[in-house]
Amino acid sequence: MNLNLTLLGQAISFAIFVIFCMKYVWPPITSAMRERQDKIAKGLADAEQSEQRREEAEQEIAALLQDAKNQAAEIISQAQKRSNEIVEEAKDAARTESDRIKATAQAEIDQEVVRAKEELRKQVGAIALSGAEKILGSEVSSDAHGRILDDLVAQI
Amino acid sequence: MSTENETLTASSYIQHHLQNLTFGYHPENGLGIAHGAKEAQEMGFWAIHLDSMFWSILLGCLFIWLFKKGAERATSGVPGALQNFVELMVDFADNSVKETFHGKNELIGPLALTIAVWVFLMNLMDLIPVDFIPYFAEHVLHIPYMKVVPTTDVNVTLGMSLSVFALIIYYSLKIKGAGGFIGELTLQPFSSDNVIIKVLFIPVNLLLEGVGLIAKPISLALRLFGNLYAGELIFILIALLPFYVQWMLSVPWAIFHILIVTLQAFIFMMLTIVYLSMAHEHH
Repeated sequence: MNLNLTLLGQAISFAIFVIFCMKYVWPPITSAMRERQDKIAKGLADAEQSEQRREEAEQEIAALLQDAKNQAAEIISQAQKRSNEIVEEAKDAARTESDRIKATAQAEIDQEVVRAKEELRKQVGAIALSGAEKILGSEVSSDAHGRILDDLVAQI
Repeated sequence: MSTENETLTASSYIQHHLQNLTFGYHPENGLGIAHGAKEAQEMGFWAIHLDSMFWSILLGCLFIWLFKKGAERATSGVPGALQNFVELMVDFADNSVKETFHGKNELIGPLALTIAVWVFLMNLMDLIPVDFIPYFAEHVLHIPYMKVVPTTDVNVTLGMSLSVFALIIYYSLKIKGAGGFIGELTLQPFSSDNVIIKVLFIPVNLLLEGVGLIAKPISLALRLFGNLYAGELIFILIALLPFYVQWMLSVPWAIFHILIVTLQAFIFMMLTIVYLSMAHEHH
């Protein structure tokens, strides 16, 4: 175990290997590792953020859904109301129409009754006149008694 | 084979396994590869262990190649298998640094990673059966000596720990300044409000702190070297046994050694971080 030049040779090669390692091995590896570390950290942060965003979107969806439901319900109730109104209106219209028809019919009936009464009165007058003619046995002058008959007809 | 012959073979076998392939200038034989420990010794400081250098650089290149490939493919998207592994190691080194070291330093992370992986790979060579590569080297490539575990060479561990030591000194001076560093070495642990006593304490403090400072690289190197050398030696001793009993010892030892291999790489890395973090601290 004598000391000799090997010592210097080893020291020189040691220095060369260390310098080579420092220049060409250490920096790319450590920088790659640091980069990956950053990437992973960023990925985790992104994942968290997107999770948050998803939650927010879900909440928004729920809100929108609620809104839509409310709107639908409102529309339905409005439609119901409107339909009720239409039905009511139709009923009213039908009622007034029927009233009108009824009134017209009543007026016609009344008119008819008046006419029938007039007719009847005339016929009764004629019958009474012929009856009186028969009873009296003589001809009653329609001219002479026309006034009386007209009074009678008016009294009936 | 006689008993004497067998012991001779055994001891020469061990010696052969513990001998590095030393290349240098021998005073008598000239430039060349040392034959035996004695010649290697005689070559002195200006010789080099070709096998240690070869394996350590090969494993260092393997580390750099593998991690460079991982770095090239590095994306911030879904990582592949290689990238996963590389990132795991980088993350491990980075966390170890962050737990201990609170300053800002671009060097210390890659330094820790390089130490952890490189030392681990060098230690791992210990788990290759002791004879495989030396036998191949000797009989196919005609290389007489081949020690495949670089960390069982004290030059290798000391080369690394002295580099760490240089960084300790550099950062101590840079962060604390020369005055601060000298003050740290001389004014503690013993301190006094009285100036004369304070001056008297200086040599004592310098001795204590100096020993502490010098001990850092030495202990760092020898801890790794000692553990791996001992492990290797035991593998060699086990390899001397008859082949049909070897597995009974080598398998448990190898399993236990996996722990040592990993642990020593981790300790070397961790202590480097701790020492450098101490160098960055103000008092």
